[in-house]
Amino acid sequence: MIRFAAVRLVEIAVTLALMSLVIYGLIGLMPGDPIDLMRTADPHMTAADLARLKSLYGVDRPLLLRYWAWAQAALGGDLGYSRLFSAPVTATLLPRLGNSLVLLGSSFGLAFGLALALGIAAARRPRSWFDRIVNFACFAGVSLPTFWLALILILVFAAGLGWLPASGIATIGNGNLGDRLRHLVLPVAALTIANLGIYTRYVRAAMRDALAQDHIRTARAKGASEARVIWHHALRSALVPIATIVALSFGGLVSGALVTETMFAYPGMGKLIFDAVMGNDYNLALAALLLATAVTMIANLAADLAYAWLDPRVSYR
Amino acid sequence: MRFPLFLLGAIAAAALAAPLIALLLGADPAAVDLLDRFAGPSAAHPLGTDELGRDMLLRLLEGGRVSLTIGLAAAVAAAAIGMAVGLLAGYLGGWTDRILMRLTDGVIALPLLPLLIVFAALDLEKLGLSARITELPATNVLRIVALTVLVGWTTAARLVRGATLVTRQRDFIRAAQSLGAGTPHILLRHILPNVLAPLVVATTLSVGDIILLESVLSFLGLGVQPPLASWGSMLSNAQEVIATAPLLAVYPGAMIFLTVIACNLLGDALLRRFDPRDLARG
Repeated sequence: MIRFAAVRLVEIAVTLALMSLVIYGLIGLMPGDPIDLMRTADPHMTAADLARLKSLYGVDRPLLLRYWAWAQAALGGDLGYSRLFSAPVTATLLPRLGNSLVLLGSSFGLAFGLALALGIAAARRPRSWFDRIVNFACFAGVSLPTFWLALILILVFAAGLGWLPASGIATIGNGNLGDRLRHLVLPVAALTIANLGIYTRYVRAAMRDALAQDHIRTARAKGASEARVIWHHALRSALVPIATIVALSFGGLVSGALVTETMFAYPGMGKLIFDAVMGNDYNLALAALLLATAVTMIANLAADLAYAWLDPRVSYR
Repeated sequence: MRFPLFLLGAIAAAALAAPLIALLLGADPAAVDLLDRFAGPSAAHPLGTDELGRDMLLRLLEGGRVSLTIGLAAAVAAAAIGMAVGLLAGYLGGWTDRILMRLTDGVIALPLLPLLIVFAALDLEKLGLSARITELPATNVLRIVALTVLVGWTTAARLVRGATLVTRQRDFIRAAQSLGAGTPHILLRHILPNVLAPLVVATTLSVGDIILLESVLSFLGLGVQPPLASWGSMLSNAQEVIATAPLLAVYPGAMIFLTVIACNLLGDALLRRFDPRDLARG
């Protein structure tokens, strides 16, 4: 188990290193150029100034050398300076990561909890009206464009009814817990609804498979209560396939968070990545993308380890 | 199966017949009428007009043509790549299988939208293409197709690999092998026909996924660019005038929703028909 986790961590590190190289190369291909931006900001700049700036920032050197210099600094904890926020990248990144983890964590918890309840209830009564409605609602959830859902939520609950704030993380000058929670409601709702459908389908399918197995019949024949059969015998074996699929879905969750955060102007990693790419803030974009990927892959690893813990037949050796 | 097929057929037919409908209504989808902005439904404009006074119904149908074209083209291209990966991984097994499937799982698990945004923001002129080419609508469409294919091939790869693993064990494959048939021959003549069913399922499902992805990219301003308009880019425009005309934001989203749910329901129905024992997708 420890060896498995170690191998996976090395894999994650290699993937991140490769990604950093690819993204570093791609970022140079985005429109605009940091030196050009400085020149447009200062009409008095001369050609000599430009050349000096170019060598100062190293943009006159070959790509691989520049990447190597960046990688060395990054490993030493220096991710550079964000042009957009006029602050070191690390100082910009960390509070945003916290905000995103709050959003992601609460939506995931809510969506997964609801999915367990709905999926199990539907699987217990296959082909009933309830099952059909849940199934159709899942298709609807999977097919709903997240940004449109967010737009409708804003339209109804913020613009129309005026119950909840439409954007931001807190009212300026009022940072108490109640206010922050009110700002969380709509983004969390959007992200939860966006993922609820797919999770419920996994739970429903896995539970149906689990309930069809022989050991369930044995448990029932031995007089185990229905609650014990469902929660102890069936759910335990259903959680194994659910863990694998959920592990693969974290990337989708982060993608969904980018849309949700952008729609609700929620200051998290997703909005940061979007703003950094759009605003030509190369240092920030690169670091934020790598961080988002690292978080996803670590969550993925955690789910894989949960898989081994849930299924005693699986051993990672 | 009938309902989603009917729904998809109706949407596709309406989008294809858009010029005809324009003729019937006597309106032009591109005609701007600034004196008649945000008009409500009327005989001349069944769904009213948008922020430039253009007919909403016709715009929706034109946008649908763009969205559906991208969805179909990208789904077919993604299916071709997924098919190749799935066939090779499933038939050759061993290291090939391990590497290809690790790659597939890796792509599925990555946060794809943030990465796609980087790809979408690339300046094609810096890759050596001339401004004349990069500004063509066809380049715009091709670029979105390429972007969505980049992430869309995984469903097909997994489904085809699964079917290939089963087919590989069958006797007629052993027979072909013992007769000395080469790998390409076996893959294309014997295995491919037996994995077409999952391939069709994967393609249907990915049409929906790709339309969703295209709409997100266009909504963020990175997808379909004017003069072309897709449902996603229409929503992006509608968002700016949402306080005055909320309905403009409702229509394109509803079209995306209906199209994608039809694709998903159809894909699911096909999956059940081809493989009634497969409960993996519920």
